[in-house]
Amino acid sequence: MTSISENRRTAPNPPVDLAAGGADTAVSAPPRRRRPRGVGWRMRLEIAALTGPALIVFVAFVIFPVVLAAYYGFFSWAGYGPATDFVGIQNYVTILQDGPFLDALRHNAMIAILSLVIQGPVAIGLALLLNRKMRGQSVIRVLIFVPYVISEVVVGLGWSLMLQSGGAANGLLDKLGLASLQQDWLSNPDVAIWSLLMIITWKYVGFAVILFLAGLQGIPEELSEAASIDGASFWQVQRLIVLPLLGPTVRIWAFLSIIGSLQLFDLVYIIWGQYVSSIAGTSTMATYMVANGRNAGSYGYGNAVAVVMFLISLTVALFYQRFLLRRDTAGAITGGKS
Amino acid sequence: MSTLTPRASTGLVKPDRHTKRSLGGPAIYFLALILIALTLTPVGYIILGGFRTNSEITLDPSGFPISWQFGNYIDVLASNVFWRQVGNSAISATVTTFFVVVFGLMASFALARYNFRGRGAMYAVFAAGLMFPMTVAITPLYILVRNLGLMNTLGGVIIPQIAFALPVTIIIMVPFLQAIPNELQEAASIDGCSRIGFFWRMVIPLSKAGVITVGILAFIASWNSYLLPLFILSDEAIYTLPLGVQSFASQYSVDTARVLAFTSLSMIPALVFFSLFERKIVGGLTGAVKG
Repeated sequence: MTSISENRRTAPNPPVDLAAGGADTAVSAPPRRRRPRGVGWRMRLEIAALTGPALIVFVAFVIFPVVLAAYYGFFSWAGYGPATDFVGIQNYVTILQDGPFLDALRHNAMIAILSLVIQGPVAIGLALLLNRKMRGQSVIRVLIFVPYVISEVVVGLGWSLMLQSGGAANGLLDKLGLASLQQDWLSNPDVAIWSLLMIITWKYVGFAVILFLAGLQGIPEELSEAASIDGASFWQVQRLIVLPLLGPTVRIWAFLSIIGSLQLFDLVYIIWGQYVSSIAGTSTMATYMVANGRNAGSYGYGNAVAVVMFLISLTVALFYQRFLLRRDTAGAITGGKS
Repeated sequence: MSTLTPRASTGLVKPDRHTKRSLGGPAIYFLALILIALTLTPVGYIILGGFRTNSEITLDPSGFPISWQFGNYIDVLASNVFWRQVGNSAISATVTTFFVVVFGLMASFALARYNFRGRGAMYAVFAAGLMFPMTVAITPLYILVRNLGLMNTLGGVIIPQIAFALPVTIIIMVPFLQAIPNELQEAASIDGCSRIGFFWRMVIPLSKAGVITVGILAFIASWNSYLLPLFILSDEAIYTLPLGVQSFASQYSVDTARVLAFTSLSMIPALVFFSLFERKIVGGLTGAVKG
């Protein structure tokens, strides 16, 4: 098992550092082209024409807003006219001392960790199951992705109707004779965050399964076949051959899942709204940002919260990258078939 | 078909050589059935609820429709509001998808097949975008869109959506385009085909699977997008479906059955779109997420 994963690491793609300078290795194997003098300008023109539109839109609407947020974060600003009331780091001091923000941060951390712990094993199991040849397989594959395709608004509305105290969930428990299990699923602070986790799992596990299925397809079938000819059972094959080879895909998914958890907004805001979420114990940094920034008319403060979220995400991303993804991210995310 | 699990077969029969191909035992099907039930119950609740009356829903929230009411669905389908929102969502999603694919494919082609200074840095910039979803930038984005005078226009939603969909698109497309054999390009160039001609005649047809994947992802993301329209669109006439569903739900909060009918109709397009292309998506991601 170790030897396989070792091989895998040294195999087709060199280790790459995704965020930092590693990107030049990530796209390191483009076709070398002879460049006769005199046509250089023509190639440069082509490159500019090809990358120009994407680059302009991306810089203007992704990079620039983040820079703008950093700037406005130092002001107390109601969102209209030029920002003149410079308050230095006061916004940041307020944020880091504000109980509701720290609560939200704690909820984010809890959601991030528990999403990994719950969704990871479930999704790997489902992907292995769906990767087998079985009758009705293609139908099941489509069905399991249905929650991922449905919008957060629909999911939020549907689940909040089902989970409200007079809703279908309690009704069903009553019919099953389990009335003692009835709960205030959404408003009881001890239960609400678990309801949220259940909804998140239901909604996003399909995405993990999609990624894992794609990863499984990249594993040569000969390996498992050879092993099963040598007498390995189905589960031995999965555990000793398939899972180690799926490692890079799992680590990418975990990365995306953590970042997604830190930015969670839609579901919480739709189900609990901006005020209830902090009482029910499901508020997140993003709902805090919207409630205390835009909705409160304090745009400077909202921008400062955005910057804090950005820095937390960046730190987590860099750490994750440094310690977990370094060996194989680029292999899985970028290098592809080089 | 082999109904024996490999474990049960040891000692009696030789281990099943075709484990992976076997149709699996009844346990697998049972598991699959539970899975489908868990996945579909909430969706079924929404769809079936639209066929019930409000008093049925209040008395027995988890029941099936007793007398099938089509009125809720017919009302929604006959309302201008619903179709206007479908129209807004369709425009927004189609235009977004078109530009994401065009811009993304062009940039990926340059990143994958041209050798130029700053290529690595440019790729790193796009890849870094993957780490930061829209949530972080939403407040300044709102200010930017407002300063551009795009508030309450679909353009104000579409342009940022294109920008935020580019990182995923480029990360999926670059490996695809790199995989096109160099010999093909050389052959084309011997035949007098320029780099750009090669792009039009060879690259676009060859990268179809990748294009479909990124196109679907962009379409669904745009169709379901909530946060950005929430900030940019405040005029009901320009609402997209997610905003419309939410405002309908708060407006008719007593009329649960009608809300459920509205909700279930709103999710049909993305579902149809996805199920048509599901196979292609898994295929398209395989290039990007090669395990």
